[in-house]
Amino acid sequence: MGSNMAECHPVGFQWVVEAKERGAKVIHIDPRYTRTSAAADLHVPLRAGSDIAFLGGVINYILENGREFREYVEEYTNARAIIREDFQDTEDLDGLFSGWDPDTRTYDPESWGYAGADHGQWATSGEQTHGAHGVELERGELPREDETLEDPNCVFQILKRHFSRYTPEVVEALCGVPAETFLKVAETLCDNSGRERTSAFVYSVGWTQHTVGVQYIRSAAIVQLLLGNQGRPGGGILALRGHANIQGSTDIPTLYNILPSYIPMPEPREEPTLATFAEMQGPSTGAWAELRSYTTSLLKAWWGDAATKDNDFCFGRIPKIDGDHSNYATMLRMLDDEVKGFFVVGENPAVGSANGKLQRLAMAHLDWLVVRDTNMIETATFWCDSPEIETGELSPEEIGTEVFFMPAAAHTEKDGTFTNTQRLLQWHHKAVEPPEECRSELHFFFHLGRKIREKLADSSEDRDRGVLDLTWDYPTLGEHAEPDAETILQEINGRNLETGELIRAYDELKDDGSTSSGSWLHTGIYADGVNQSARKKPGREQTWVAPEWAWSWPKNQRIMYNRASADPEGRPWSERKKYMWWDAEKDCWTGFDSPDFTRDKAPDYVPPEDARGLAALTGREPFIVHPDGLGWLFAPSGVVDGPLPTHYEPQESPFENPLYTQQQNPTRQLYDRAANPYNPSLSEVFPYVLTSYRLTEHHTAGGMSRTIGYLSELQPELFCEVSPQLAAERDLVHGDWATIVTTRTAIEARVLVTDRLKPLEVQGRAVNQVGLPYHWGQRGIVTGDSVNDLFSLALDANVHIQEVKAATCEVLAGRRPRGRALLEFVDEYRRKAGVTGHGS
Amino acid sequence: MGHRVLTLDTRASAESYGESARPRMGFFTDTSLCIGCKACEVACKEWNHVPADVPEFSGKSYDNTLSLGANTWRHVAFVEQRKPVGAEAAAEDLVEAAERANAVDGFGIQTYQDGDGVRWLMSSDVCKHCTSAACLDVCPTGALFRTEFGTVVVQDDVCNGCGYCVPACPFGVIDRREDDGRVWKCTLCYDRLRDDMEPACAHACPTDSIQFGELDELRERAERRLERMAEAGQTEARLYGADPEDGVDGFGAFFLLLDEPEVYGLPPDPVATTRDVGQVWTGVLAGAAALGAGIAAAVFGRRR
Amino acid sequence: MSPRERAMVPRADPQSYYGQPVLKQPVWAPEVPFYFFAGGMAGASAGLAFAAGLRGNSELERRAWSVALVGLAVSPPLLISDLGRPERFLNMLRMFKVSSPMSVGSWILAAFGGATTVAAGSELTGLYPAAGALAKPVAAALGMPLATYTAGLLANTSVPVWHGARHTLPFVFAGGSAASAGAAATIATGLGSAAPARRLAVGGALAAVGAAFVMERSLGEIGEPYHEQAAGKLTRAAGALNLAGAALIAARGRRSRKAAIAGGALITAGVIAERWAVFRAGFQSAADPKYTVGPQRARVERGESRGAARRAGASNVGSVSESV
Ligand SMILES: Nc1nc2c(c(=O)[nH]1)N[C@H]1C(S)=C(S)[C@@H](COP(=O)(O)OP(=O)(O)OC[C@H]3O[C@@H](n4cnc5c(=O)[nH]c(N)nc54)[C@H](O)[C@@H]3O)O[C@H]1N2
Ligand SMILES: Nc1nc2c(c(=O)[nH]1)N[C@H]1C(S)=C(S)[C@@H](COP(=O)(O)OP(=O)(O)OC[C@H]3O[C@@H](n4cnc5c(=O)[nH]c(N)nc54)[C@H](O)[C@@H]3O)O[C@H]1N2
Ligand code: SF4
Ligand code: SF4
Ligand code: SF4
Ligand code: SF4
Ligand code: SF4
Ligand SMILES: [Mo]
Repeated sequence: MGSNMAECHPVGFQWVVEAKERGAKVIHIDPRYTRTSAAADLHVPLRAGSDIAFLGGVINYILENGREFREYVEEYTNARAIIREDFQDTEDLDGLFSGWDPDTRTYDPESWGYAGADHGQWATSGEQTHGAHGVELERGELPREDETLEDPNCVFQILKRHFSRYTPEVVEALCGVPAETFLKVAETLCDNSGRERTSAFVYSVGWTQHTVGVQYIRSAAIVQLLLGNQGRPGGGILALRGHANIQGSTDIPTLYNILPSYIPMPEPREEPTLATFAEMQGPSTGAWAELRSYTTSLLKAWWGDAATKDNDFCFGRIPKIDGDHSNYATMLRMLDDEVKGFFVVGENPAVGSANGKLQRLAMAHLDWLVVRDTNMIETATFWCDSPEIETGELSPEEIGTEVFFMPAAAHTEKDGTFTNTQRLLQWHHKAVEPPEECRSELHFFFHLGRKIREKLADSSEDRDRGVLDLTWDYPTLGEHAEPDAETILQEINGRNLETGELIRAYDELKDDGSTSSGSWLHTGIYADGVNQSARKKPGREQTWVAPEWAWSWPKNQRIMYNRASADPEGRPWSERKKYMWWDAEKDCWTGFDSPDFTRDKAPDYVPPEDARGLAALTGREPFIVHPDGLGWLFAPSGVVDGPLPTHYEPQESPFENPLYTQQQNPTRQLYDRAANPYNPSLSEVFPYVLTSYRLTEHHTAGGMSRTIGYLSELQPELFCEVSPQLAAERDLVHGDWATIVTTRTAIEARVLVTDRLKPLEVQGRAVNQVGLPYHWGQRGIVTGDSVNDLFSLALDANVHIQEVKAATCEVLAGRRPRGRALLEFVDEYRRKAGVTGHGS
Repeated sequence: MGHRVLTLDTRASAESYGESARPRMGFFTDTSLCIGCKACEVACKEWNHVPADVPEFSGKSYDNTLSLGANTWRHVAFVEQRKPVGAEAAAEDLVEAAERANAVDGFGIQTYQDGDGVRWLMSSDVCKHCTSAACLDVCPTGALFRTEFGTVVVQDDVCNGCGYCVPACPFGVIDRREDDGRVWKCTLCYDRLRDDMEPACAHACPTDSIQFGELDELRERAERRLERMAEAGQTEARLYGADPEDGVDGFGAFFLLLDEPEVYGLPPDPVATTRDVGQVWTGVLAGAAALGAGIAAAVFGRRR
Repeated sequence: MSPRERAMVPRADPQSYYGQPVLKQPVWAPEVPFYFFAGGMAGASAGLAFAAGLRGNSELERRAWSVALVGLAVSPPLLISDLGRPERFLNMLRMFKVSSPMSVGSWILAAFGGATTVAAGSELTGLYPAAGALAKPVAAALGMPLATYTAGLLANTSVPVWHGARHTLPFVFAGGSAASAGAAATIATGLGSAAPARRLAVGGALAAVGAAFVMERSLGEIGEPYHEQAAGKLTRAAGALNLAGAALIAARGRRSRKAAIAGGALITAGVIAERWAVFRAGFQSAADPKYTVGPQRARVERGESRGAARRAGASNVGSVSESV
């Protein structure tokens, strides 16, 4: 669901094909019939933006028909937990949960907590959403619970009530999926889950790029926990990541609100010292209880000897977070002249980011812009060839931005790792020297840092010490003085600073400054002085889990929470699904993988009174990053838009939310301003559902594919996919041109009329969907309008991701107007739709 | 080594290579496993430095390169189909068409699916490396020759661009490159084979839709596959070019298709027309004789 | 198909892939049909010259040898300029392949070229009479297949309208060659000695038209291109020109030199048109998949052939497409 795996992860898809050959059933749930659908047993078209309703239907089906994996649910999930009396559901508050503050448009999650738990201080602000950190529990025990799952306030009963409205009929009305088709999916899923069988969900950005994206995935998590498909072979929720190393860039983040290994960025006010920070962000039980050790080791890795107990290990040197500095928020500040300079490294926002025009206009407000890329991309040339030059909104003469283009070395021209979707770090060796001026990121940032430090060398300013005290002494190789990537990998792995030995696992990390580690989850990647990520032992020479191919965090575990692959007593749920089990003779966990559970913790282990951290979890609590060691059917903290998923319409939708008067996700982030107007909901002016996606033949914003002849010739022009019915409605001619209009702008595309798109019957009327691949832009061998110019900035409040998977639009036959005429053309549509673009 | 195969019989046989003969190599392209990723098409061009020529948007599903030719040696075809049963009747309503039809139960891929009226066929086409190769038969220069692997390859340093092989090929595979004047087609990666490497396209194929190996072994594998699919009810599956009895005496690169060959743009009963060369010469000589007779008659025939 | 259906990704067509041709279009240039003409004329003229020599008609003999020489002279340039790599034309003689009429034809042309040069040379210059005497029969003998091998060259391809005519096309070319040689000689020779040339021109023209008619009939449906588009026009023109020329020569060619020349010109034009008709028909036949798929599918349906596709267990005879 929400993934077009065959087209976007074709190499990984070989395993799906193989599984199917071995009898696995493959179901593809996607608005369009794609190359993945062609390879599936069943394709279920649904309306873009309605997945929560669909999954809610599945959850309801499971609970109504008692299809849940009872023992798994009772033992391994928080189904039995009792939630506070004052919790109120969307069902009670017409689409809102308790704790809603209409002024800040945020929730106070206090009332979502476990009854009897001290929860208050863990309230997560709109900015800080640290998954499972924020629940404090004595000895990791649920303060109040009901094993029978009967208590009206226990999670299981709340779940039942909450999802009871998602009947097959409601699914049909919301998603446009016939009830019988839906039931076929639900049955197949249940029939293939349990002791003997497991089922997996695969999702990608078809799920994330919504104003309720995070809740889509929460829905799947609930399904998988109810069916016992987590922590077991063949189960799970597989998030197929994007760029070859996008997973790596979240683990050791290029994100603004987390530090390596998901350590939250400190808050300026509440967390002045390491102590308070660790206390406030880290619960005392579960893996996060050691937050202080992880952070201290991180500080030691960065500031080395300069980080001492006395100066709080330089904790004060870490920049504090004072609000939303996510990508889009920054672009908007840029538009308001609040951002002077901008580094764009391996990204092409002029084409790849939603509301492309806003992106380009914003960059025209910069003093300077540095673009590091392997190709000359639209972001580097926006000042001379962007569509706004044609419309006269920008002119090269008047743009003051000084643009520096720095050619980058490609992955074949440098050493390093890719972290794939399975958290597998795979080392790649430099194959050729980078040509001419091209240099690696490592080279650029190391030498940039070096030069800055030189300039600051004799500064007495305290604020400069943060830079000057950094350990910045990486050995370099070759004529270009390329920093040695393996040394950096060792720093990430970390050392015991007394013995100088490399750390083997994060359990070894201390909070007294005696250990260092650049990323606690990566400890062990250089264990025994060996670059574990460079292991390339062929699969046929080892077990089917192939633990000796590369290395995965944490602790080279291939399946997380794998304690759940055994029953509470530690026996495999079934011979067929055997994975990890308790070996009574050897008194330890054994199996095909390495246990992500404490190796020698017996199933009957009960924590002592004063137990902290992992020791505070019993022998039958697999979800070790949670303070209670349980899988969260109900999320008492960590999600800013509700403890349970529920269906909201996308920001732009031709339909009313039939469930509540609350039309959209109340917490969604909007920026209603001239540069970012929204199509009104239910507007006849924009009657069609618009979604965007990828093609196998191109890559994202096109810098890597439109520049290559062999790829360009495979898909030379931007096209829109429409059903024969829509084509008839708007007299679109196959192969000819169409103009697609939103309140942002209008673009033109070739018309591909195909049976692979078909109208769906939603709330009693037929709705047509328009599909657009978003790979085209101004430059390259093949060029075309940028689809992102059509979309607005409407973001999910948890992760600030744009809603580019479900919007509305109008479609007309023929090409779009040129130059100024285009602006007038779009203004006309704004007028018709009653959009001022100034806080409507 | 071209000269070793200048016998009149150009059919695939390693004999002429004596010592250096190798088992006949080929492809089994199982289109039921193809996901249309076009990696084969690109890998081929990368390895063989085949020029790219960027076309216009074709509107023919996801196919823009459209056919095999001098600059496309692997070509992935895309065919969008509707549920056959009553599909035409219910032309406007897919859902209905789907419900009326009793769908083939899913096996392999690219099947019609329950609840859906659509099937999307994808198939990676390539030179067939015919056992009896018309292109090779008609080549006057010997530029086209039979390798020790039983494959059919053009020697670009010999080809003089006479163009005879182009209309000779019953599959429309080989073609002349405009700017260059010579003809080009799949070499079955002759260079890689000689280094014991598998062809670039097969190597790139993620789903093993393209299977490379010894022809005999591939034929057995294909038979087993076909039986399995038939058992699973996918009776529309068929092998194409797997039999030595066909009009080109069997393909070196054969296929498993899910519909009739012509749907993929392949001839249903291809024939190496050169097998009629005897008749052709008879005709030529008869014509020549008639001409001689005519002249004689005109000159010696007595006036009336 | 309803119009709406046509306005989309064309639904699978049971007959073809988006109506695209199965075969590749021949890449041959316009030089080729002109070569067919020139070569045929040269070959037949050599025969005519030799026969006239035997008959003691020395004027006709001289003229015919000259024509042969001219036809020969223009042939190689026409052929070479058609090559993608003209500089490599000698590769044509790299080997001798019976399976390739082009290969055999190249040798015939080469040998004919040698013999004719010697024969005609000594005839016109009077030098080396002995060599000439030896060369003449050789040239004449090679001239016959030179005139018809080009028909075999076309017939030996997969182009339905050419391969289907392998039994008849050589006679079309033979007739045309006779006609063109006769016509040329008629034009070049004085009324007195031109009688055999006139008979050859008239007889050849009638034979060419007749043979073409038989060929089209025998081709049946795949002969359609001869009635459509360019090939259709050319066929009709060829017939008209040949018959008109033949009639003119037959009626007044014996008495009027003008008429003889006019008639000869008409026939020459007719033969060129007929060569072009055959050439174009090949392109049209290769361009439409129905000419390729239709007969093949019919063969399979009729059970004459198993075809190249075989379904599990099925003998494949009469298997029906899923998509119809
Ligand atoms: N060839 C190729 N591969 C790529 C990329 C590329 O550009 N080209 N990009 C890489 C990157 S960066 C990423 S993030 C991944 C993305 O991988 P995917 O997420 O698979 O890619 P998309 O095509 O954006 O979206 C997947 C599908 O979501 C469907 N969809 C749209 N809206 C909805 C909805 O509301 N519900 C459901 N269920 N489905 C919906 C679309 O129709 C589309 O088929 O691919 C990676 N791989
Ligand atoms: N409408 C719509 N918009 C979308 C999406 C969608 O589905 N629909 N998907 C979103 C998603 S998931 C993503 S990931 C983004 C992608 O959007 P972007 O990341 O902005 O676009 P890319 O083309 O992937 O940009 C990556 C750039 O990195 C360059 N590059 C490659 N290797 C290197 C290197 O080693 N060093 C450096 N410095 N540069 C390198 C490439 O040339 C390329 O220009 O698009 C997002 N936007
Ligand atoms: S592009 Fe790379 S990451 Fe994406 S599917 Fe192909 S091999 Fe995998
Ligand atoms: S398919 Fe055509 S090009 Fe290939 S070997 Fe056969 S005849 Fe020659
Ligand atoms: S074009 Fe080249 S390969 Fe083809 S027949 Fe002529 S010489 Fe041989
Ligand atoms: S075998 Fe080699 S030449 Fe032939 S298609 Fe595959 S990659 Fe291209
Ligand atoms: S690489 Fe394989 S799967 Fe991809 S298109 Fe070619 S044959 Fe099909
Ligand atoms: Mo992505």
